[in-house]
This record gives sequence, C-alpha cells and structure tokens, in this order.
Amino acid sequence: MPDSPIAVEPHSPELRHHFADMEQQREASSLGMWLFLATEVMFFGGMFCAYLIYRLWYFPEFAAASKSLDITLGTVNTAVLICSSLTVVLAVRAAQLGKRHDQVVYLALTLVLGLAFLGVKGVEWTSKFKEHHIPGASFHFEGTVPGHPDQPVDQQHAQIFFSLYFAMTGMHALHMVIGVGIFSYLLYQAWKGRYTPDYYTPLENSGLYWHFVDIIWIYLFPLLYLIDRKK
Amino acid sequence: MSEHIVPLKTNVAVWLVLLVLTGVTAGVAFIDLGPFNTIVALVIATCKALMVVLIFMHVKYTSERLVKVVVFSALFFLLLLLGLSLADYATRLLV
Repeated sequence: MPDSPIAVEPHSPELRHHFADMEQQREASSLGMWLFLATEVMFFGGMFCAYLIYRLWYFPEFAAASKSLDITLGTVNTAVLICSSLTVVLAVRAAQLGKRHDQVVYLALTLVLGLAFLGVKGVEWTSKFKEHHIPGASFHFEGTVPGHPDQPVDQQHAQIFFSLYFAMTGMHALHMVIGVGIFSYLLYQAWKGRYTPDYYTPLENSGLYWHFVDIIWIYLFPLLYLIDRKK
Repeated sequence: MSEHIVPLKTNVAVWLVLLVLTGVTAGVAFIDLGPFNTIVALVIATCKALMVVLIFMHVKYTSERLVKVVVFSALFFLLLLLGLSLADYATRLLV
C-alpha cells in the first residue's frame, strides 16, 4: 500500500488490529478463558455447597443411596475422561508442533471418548429410571441405614441425594455435550489445517474447558459414588 | 510462539498417575478408615485436580501472572462459599 498514510508492519494474518502482537493476543484470550472458568467454578460451587450441607444433615441416606450407584461404571467413566484429557493435551501439542494429521487423530479420539462417557452415563441413568430413583411422584428407594439392616431410610432424604445426583451429573453431562459440539467444530477446522504453531488459540482454550469439565468429574466421582462403601 | 511445549513424557506420566489414583481412590473406599475415608478421597481428588491444572492446563508453565491471579481467586471464592456456609450449617447442631 504505497499511498497509505500509516506504515503497516508485516504481521501474521491472524493478528487482530487492536492487539500489539500475537503474544499479547494469545495472552488476552487465555485470560478471558480463565475468567470464564472462574465463573464456572462458582456455578458448580453452589451445587457442591448444597451437596455438602445435605450430606452433613442426612448422612445415612446419602451413604445408602451412594451404594446404589454402579461403582464399576463410575470408575470406568473416570478413566475414560482422564484418557480424553490426555488426547486433548496431545492435540494441543500437535498444533504447537504444526502436525495437522496428529491434531485430527487426537481430536477424533477425544470425541470418541467424550461420547463413550455420555453413553455410559446414559446406561446409568436408564437403570436409575427403571429403579424409580428419579425424584418425583414415583420415587421409591429400598435402601436401609448402613449398619442397621432393619431400619429403612427416610424417602425424602434419599430423594434429596438423587436430586443432587441428577442435578450435578446432569449439569456435568450438559457441559460434556457442549464440549463434544465444540470439539466437532475443532476437528473440522483442524482437518482444514486452520491451526498452526502461529495460531491455535481456539484449540488451546477449548482444551482448558475440557480439562475443567474433567476436574468437576474428578470431584463428583468420590463425592457421589464413594460416600460409605465399606459397610 | 513463546508458549511452552510440555514434553510427551511428562504428559504420559501425568496420565498414568491420574489413572492409578483413580484405581486407588475406588479401592480405598472399601477399606474401613473411619472418618478418614472421606479425607483420603478428597485428598486424592485434589492431587488429581492439581496435576490437571498445573500440567495439562499449563498453569505451571505460563508466564502470564494474571492467569495465576484468576486461578487463585476462583479457589479463594470457592473456599469462602464452602467455608462460611459450613461454618453455619455444620455448627447448628452444637448450639
């Protein structure tokens, strides 16, 4: 542009005009993502807080209801999510190293693992539905107080556990569904070779989101499935 | 870019430790430790979460201090929420 009054220095085509350089642009978007995750911490924090209070008040019912959850499926699902976090890390790494093929492979693996998690969750919810463990008019829980086989648990208190169980795993699953949507888009973009060592911010920030959802599950698993298994 | 690239070995090691800790936390739940069952489960979960945040989410390597401020403030306000709520609800039966 010989007639331009402002001299424009050569820069990456990915640089938006309001940033000084790519480094500043990357750090700004990373900070924005972390601020969003901080609000997500408080969002899930409210549910964790409700869980803690009711668990203190109605511990026998929480322990009995926790035992009705399938610990094998819960453990497998935790492992599935941890594996998906690794594939996300490797996809971001592939972008940093400029390997398009590896990015596509790892993103596809992430999607498969994410969908596997949701599938297992669906199996668990279906069996809860059949056992009448969904809070509502037809709710019924057969459990007894741990250590007292002759003492049936309070139905209302057990219902509170399952309300929290479905609210927390449901919100987590909704985040997983959104994550699967985001990663489908990333897979398509990576396939087109959109992400290079110079610019892979969407991949990096979506990775942060995926790891955050993984961390929520890391806490949900012991809090919901492992309350009082020993008796 | 100046972004730190984490070695493959580190990522795989973290992944393996996370899987082992998942097995350990599920196994320990069946051993009677009294009130320590909950404490052990939460300590293991926190170790796992720390590894994910520091290494998978690159917080350990970031040069951006504001990111660390945001991480600490999220943690601080979460603990404020849980701590002050429990200071009320957990002590009501003592009165």
